[in-house]
Order: sequence, then C-alpha cells, then structure tokens
Amino acid sequence: MDKQLIRLRINGEVHEIALSPNRLLLDALREDLGFTGSKRGCDDSSCGCCAVLVDGTPMLSCVALAASYENCKITTVEGLGGPGNLDSVQEGFAEMGGAQCGYCTPGFMIATKALLDRNPNPTLDEIREALSGNLCRCTGYMQIYESVKYALERHGSISSSVRETPSTQAPAVR
Amino acid sequence: MADGVSQNGFSIIGKPLAMADAVAKVTGIGKYADDLYVPGMLIGKILHSPHPHARIRSIDTSRAEALAGVKAVATGNDARNPYGILPIGHDERALALDKARYIGDNVAAVAATSAEIAEQALDLLRVDYERLPAWFDPEESMKAESGWIHEQRPHNIEKEYHHVFGDPEKGFAEADFVAEERYYAGEVNQAAMEPHSTLAIWEPHDRLTVHSSTQVPFYLHRTISEVCEMPMSQIRVIKPLIGGGFGGKSEIIPLEVAACVLAKKSHKPVKITYTREEVFLAHRGRPITIVYLKVGITRAGKITAVQARVIQDGGAYCGYGPVTVLYSGALLGAIYDIANVRYDGFRVLTNKPACGAMRGHGTVNVRFAFESMLDQLAHQAGLDPLEVRRINLLKAPCITANSLRVTSYGLPECIEKVFERSNWKEKKGKLPYGKGVGVACSHYVSGAANPIVRSNMPHTTVHIKIDRDAAVTVYTGASEIGQGSDTMQIQIAAEVLGVGVNRIKLVAADTELTPIDLGSYSSRVTFMAGNACLNAAKDMRDQIFAAVAKKLGCPPADLVAKNDRIAHSTDSAKGVSFDEAVAIALEFHGALVARGTYAPPESARGGNFRGAGVGPSPAYSYSAQVAEVTVDPETGHVHVDKIIAAHDCGKALNPLTVEGQIEGSVYMGFGQALQEDMVWQDGRLMNPSLLEYRIPATKENPQIDSIVVESIDPEGPFGAKEAGEGSLAATIPAIANAIYDAVGVRINSVPITPDKILEALRAREKAGQRAETNSLTPEARP
Repeated sequence: MDKQLIRLRINGEVHEIALSPNRLLLDALREDLGFTGSKRGCDDSSCGCCAVLVDGTPMLSCVALAASYENCKITTVEGLGGPGNLDSVQEGFAEMGGAQCGYCTPGFMIATKALLDRNPNPTLDEIREALSGNLCRCTGYMQIYESVKYALERHGSISSSVRETPSTQAPAVR
Repeated sequence: MADGVSQNGFSIIGKPLAMADAVAKVTGIGKYADDLYVPGMLIGKILHSPHPHARIRSIDTSRAEALAGVKAVATGNDARNPYGILPIGHDERALALDKARYIGDNVAAVAATSAEIAEQALDLLRVDYERLPAWFDPEESMKAESGWIHEQRPHNIEKEYHHVFGDPEKGFAEADFVAEERYYAGEVNQAAMEPHSTLAIWEPHDRLTVHSSTQVPFYLHRTISEVCEMPMSQIRVIKPLIGGGFGGKSEIIPLEVAACVLAKKSHKPVKITYTREEVFLAHRGRPITIVYLKVGITRAGKITAVQARVIQDGGAYCGYGPVTVLYSGALLGAIYDIANVRYDGFRVLTNKPACGAMRGHGTVNVRFAFESMLDQLAHQAGLDPLEVRRINLLKAPCITANSLRVTSYGLPECIEKVFERSNWKEKKGKLPYGKGVGVACSHYVSGAANPIVRSNMPHTTVHIKIDRDAAVTVYTGASEIGQGSDTMQIQIAAEVLGVGVNRIKLVAADTELTPIDLGSYSSRVTFMAGNACLNAAKDMRDQIFAAVAKKLGCPPADLVAKNDRIAHSTDSAKGVSFDEAVAIALEFHGALVARGTYAPPESARGGNFRGAGVGPSPAYSYSAQVAEVTVDPETGHVHVDKIIAAHDCGKALNPLTVEGQIEGSVYMGFGQALQEDMVWQDGRLMNPSLLEYRIPATKENPQIDSIVVESIDPEGPFGAKEAGEGSLAATIPAIANAIYDAVGVRINSVPITPDKILEALRAREKAGQRAETNSLTPEARP
C-alpha cells in the first residue's frame, strides 16, 4: 500500500511521517516515532497496555489507524511527565506500588488520568469501573487503587486539561 | 538473624520504599526487550505445527528463501543440539528435527526486513507432515504401549517417584475419620502482561549479544552456547526490564534460541516477539493435575496419615516437570506435623504445550486438595477447621518427616492473625445460607537448597565497587522481574554501608558485567542474592572501617556506619563523612572492591532418597488465609467479598513490596480458583487470548487484606524469607472451603465455575441431603 504523509500531534509536538493507510497507531508510535512507552500485551484489544489519550479520552492504539487521528491531540505516557516533573498520577504509581513489572502501567495511568480529568473525586467503585478495561497480572489491583488515591489527593493543583509537555522520547539502543 | 546484624535501629530496612526503577517505568523511559530497536534489525517469525503429533518428512524452504527481504530461513538442521532446563531433560530443540509434538511446536523460522515479509515467507514454507496418533489425556497417555511421544520415555511417563515416610498403614489404622477423594485442577498460564521477546545481535568478532525477556539469563547464556555451538565467552546475555514472569520466563523459551539461530545464520540483529497466542503455545504454565488423596485424622483432630497419588499432564516436553512433581510431594505434608506420608507422583507426557514452573511451583494443586480435605475431615469430626490446623502445627525448629529443615515457622501467628481479623468465631458456620467463610494454609521455599545443575559453587555472587566519586555500585546477577529484586539489594547495601539509597547504583543481570546468579525462580532472590549482597556490603564496610579506624586511632569494631558518616559508636563527634571515609580507604587500597557469595548450608540440603534434592530450602514461608464469599444458589455465581491473607516472610525488608507480592499471589490464586482454565480440544487450545482466557480484572478481583508476619529467620538477610509465591496456594482452598460454608457443597475441581456449583446443588437436592454432602466427582476435561 502506498504511504501517505500524515501529521500526528503527539504530546504537544507535531510529527510528520509517511505511513501506510493501514498502519496502526500503536505501531506508528512505537516503531516509527520511538514512543515505546505504549505497550502491546495482547492480540485482540483486551489488555489495555496500549492505551493513549485522544483528545482526553483513553483509546486503544492497537486497534486505531494512525491516519485517522491527524487532527487529534494524542497523549502517551511520555507526555504525562518525565523524570523531575512527574504528573501526580505517575508519582502515585511510583510511590504506592502501582507499578510492579510496569508493563501495564502506562495504560493504567492513561485510564487514571482520563478518570481524574472528568471526575476529580471518584469513589472506589468508580475507580474500579474506569480501570476495568486494563489488565494487571502483578498487583492484585490493591496498590493500584492506592496509587490512584495518592494521585487524587494531589490532583487539585494540576491543570485538568491534558498537559502539552515536550516529549521525553527515550533513545533506543543504537 | 544474619551474623552481626541487629534487628534494631534500621535506617532503610523495613521501611516502605518505592521501587528503584519506578520512575523509569512510569515515564515510559524504561526499556523492555520489544522496545529495543537497532539499525538493520530483522524481524523473526516462527512457523508452528498445525498437528498435535506428526513426523516431519521434509520442509521446502526454497520459495520462502527466494522472497525479496528474506535474509534467513532456519529449520531443525540449523541447530541440532537438544536442550532443556534440567540436565536430565534435554529433549527440546530450537526447531523440530524429526517430529512436531504439539499444535504450536516450532518447525521453522524466518528473518526478514519487515514483519509483513516474514509472515509472507512463513506462508511460502512447505512442510510435508505424516500425522501420528496423539495423546491428550494424561491417564490415557500413561497406558500407551507404542508410538511414544519421546522414544526414550516408555508409556509417555517422563518421571515417576514413590516416597514413603513413617508408616502410613499404621497411621490410617489409628485414624477415627478417613477421607478419600479425587481432585482435579485445570491448566493455567502465567499470562504475564509482557509477551516474550528476544533481540539477538550478531557482533564483530563472531560474538552474539542477546537481550531477552528472561528470568534466567545465566541458564540462557549456557543454552545458547550449547545450541549455537559457540563458546560462552563469545556470548553476552542482557536482561532488560521484564514485564512479569511468574515462571513463564524461567526456562529457555523457543523464541530465544530461534532468534539466536537466525542471527547467527543471517549475521544480522534479529528480534522475535511473540503474539499473545504464541505466549499460550510456548506456555510453561501450571499443569492439569489429578490428585487421588486419602487423609486420616483422630477424633481430636490430629492427622495420622496422608496418601497421595498425583498425576501431572506435563505436555510434550520435560521442562521442569520432574521438579514440579517432586515439589508436589515434598511440600504436601511438610507444612504440618505429619509422621506418616505416602506419595506417588507421575509426570506424564501428552501432545500439548509443555508445562513449567508457574508461581507456587508444584505446591498449588496439591495444597488445594489437601486443605479442602482437611476442612471436610474437620466437619466430619465436628471440629472447627481452623482449630484442626492449630492442632497439627510443627514444633519448630525441627526436621520434617521428609527431611526438610524448618528454621523459622510463623504459621501459628498467621493463623491467629486471620482468626482475629476475620472475626472467625462469629462467622464460621453462623452466616446466612449463601454466605460463608473458609480457611486454608500454605507454605513455600525461599529458594532451592540444591541447584538445578549439581555443584558446590555459590548460588549467587555480588560485587560492590567504590571509587573516587564515592558512589556505591552493586553488580548483581539477580533478575529484577517486577518483584523488587534490585530495590531489595539497594536497601541492603545502603543499610550496611550507612548511606542513602540514592548513593547506590545497581548493575544487574548482564553476563558480561555481573557475577552469576541462578535466576528469579523458586523465590530464591531475597534469601540468596540478598545474603550475597549483605556479605559483599559487610566486606566493603570492613575495608572502609579498617582504614578509618587507623586514621582515628580506634579499633574498627568501635565504628558504626549511619547517615552517610562513619563514626565512633559512643562518641559520634569522632568520625568522618562517608566521602572522607572513602578517600581514606582509597589511599590504603586503591579502588575498593568487595565480594559476597551465598550457598545454602549442608544442613539445609535435605535427605538421601531418590528425589530428595527437590523441596529442601534454607527457609520456608508460611501463609494462612480466610476467604469470605457470597454464593448465589440460583445461578451458582460466587462473589469473593474479601480475602484476609497473613504471610510469614521472615522480615519485610520493604513492606510495600511484600504487601504487593502477597496481594499479587492471592489475586493469581483467585483467578485459578474461579475463572482461569485453558480449554483443550484434541490438543488444540481453544482460548489462546486474554479475551477468552480471562484473568481477573478490577471488577472481579476481591478486596485483599494483607497482613505481614515476621518470624525473623536465623539465616535470612536481616531475617527475611520469601514473599512472592507462598500465599498463592492458600487462596484456592480458602475459597473452596468458604463455598462449602456458604451452600454446603464441596467442589473438588478448579476452576469452580457456576455450572459445577449448580450441578452439586442439584445432586444434593436429588439425594435429599441438606447436611454434609459427598463431593462432586471431578470430571477430567476432554
């Protein structure tokens, strides 16, 4: 399939890349742009590891065609915050044991971010509901709830819009 | 308590601490194997057998090789040497040589410039198969008279063990109540969130660098050497971040060797990453287990004898099989004071993916059977099942009937904690119909006292280096897989050297840089790598103390290291900063290097009978749990309201991590208890995806209350034992026993799905019984 030049707005920066129309957003992020924070954990959109925010709504990037998201604001885990300026959600998952192996963590944090942006004071049931599309095999979820509560307590001071921070694109082994 | 280390006044040990790699994980900066890209990297794909048992007559690779972009095609002939995690089980090959032994077996592999081309190339491979009769049921497979899956394994029996301790016949004669049942546990998969991935890079000077999602980088190192016929000195294995293991990455997985074979053949970097379906086909999960169990107790509740015949469906290759079936026997009775035990264990081959060492290795399914039966016997004797467990406790320190040395035993305290927290007395047998509570216990090893490959070498070595920057660098072979291995060693080094954790840098699991560690399996890391790190840190501290003592004119024994200072223990004004102390020591020694090792003591290595090597550990963890459930008798649906889990981890070096490990174990037990099951049809896995193989999500998972019990083991680092696996096994029978308390039926087959409960309730109705029912006969799945 012929490639097309498309522009993706990721973590506040515009990236212009040539992609096949059938290129999945997850592959574009990971392989074409180096945003490897979003993970692939399944074959059938069942695990949530690849979730990114699209205009503030969590979406599974493994079943999204990159070319369909040209005019959207995409936020990956790299866009939440980097070392030294962690978002309260990242701080919560780091401090409270929400990340053991860390593989599902980006997806959980994206889902948490979206939850807290639309509901700054969720109940435990609402947290369970909001995170029910993500699977974690390590924690038994208890410390994930603690991580969300930690973020909740600190969320007030943070802008409720998706932050447009420069990407902290990590270098690959090159 | 480890030599020279007091239990008082810790600065870092025992404090909840975020994981050392947490920021890398929450920012997306941390790299897992599939996140690695190198220039010129090829993508590898594997052709899997569509047949459960077939002779491979020929493979035509010509069309695939001719496809533009294909750089290498490999078949069994490219790597003929067999391998396996156990020295007695070298029955696997990188790619099948003569036969395919399960649907999904590895037949050929290709490396191409893109994933799409690699997949096209797989379609162009032509394999001529001759189908052979296949075995799917372990009890049927054992009856096979010919056409065995491996010619050298008659009747498809991989291994069998027969152990007798004490006098079981006499024990049963002394019993007032004897129960006999058949239990069945379905097959479960680790389902770690990260699918396996390996990047093998062909380097100048014919060297190979391998980044792989492995719990055992040093075993992988050795296996690549054997399979690729290269000296180990030419191979470097690096473990990147690992997205969960649970035993699924604790032996050599086919893609790891296939990637190396393709890299060697193409002289290029090759990455292979499994799809989720391939993860299920590579498997190494917990085998289907059939347990024929007989237990006798006296009227007073004392267990007089135990007899178990255990059959495990190991799949098509040996893997850890003999170890799994030995753990089932060794840890069956050793949690309690039981003098008379008979154990007959069979590891059977079938034409299905190979099973392996899943979390709680070998102990989980027999614990489900045993703890269920103990509950049943307690009710028959009219005793409180929790009280029956109190009656049968070991009197530690002691040696069990099967020669296991127990040095610390927090089980009594675990039982009392869950008794109190659950309000057991008010609830057991007193809740309305449909609600119930159940209790169960479990235990687990803190590493195996005998290594897989028998030798007298240390199981682990840790190096520490300090140079002019006064940074402390710990070099350890231990594999962080999300359980906190790195953080644990940083804490230990920081505590002993009296410095903040930020001063410690840790280099781990790289065969070129770090000394050997056997790997992250059998819950060995805290005890073994922890002790090695402790010894290295003490060696380093001694070197620094010796130099500072000379400078201050006092004996080294008078010095303490705390708060980034080395000072006199009684006159704290007399001292130097850590940086100054390092400078002083460097004048004496040059760059400081320290080493610590750990090998289990002879007294921990067990008995002398055949199979005695598996089960012995330097220390055992203990768990007691109470599950509270609500069962809907109309639908058979079980809701687990809460699980209270007390775990004796010796000493919680990092309580945050220990609680996370307890909760993760309970979660995994909960999944196996109620919903996880690999469904087979003629050797084909019918649910190889996370959509159909349902691991619990937030909405299903119960509230888990974890309680840390600290028995302070005399040989553990600061008294610590394992925390990562032992809790899992208690969860399943605690739930099963709670279901009995709720609706009065015993389900002897996991997962306990609504249909099984409804069937048992209907059977009871038919029989007109309201009280103690006979258990549901578990049906082996087709």
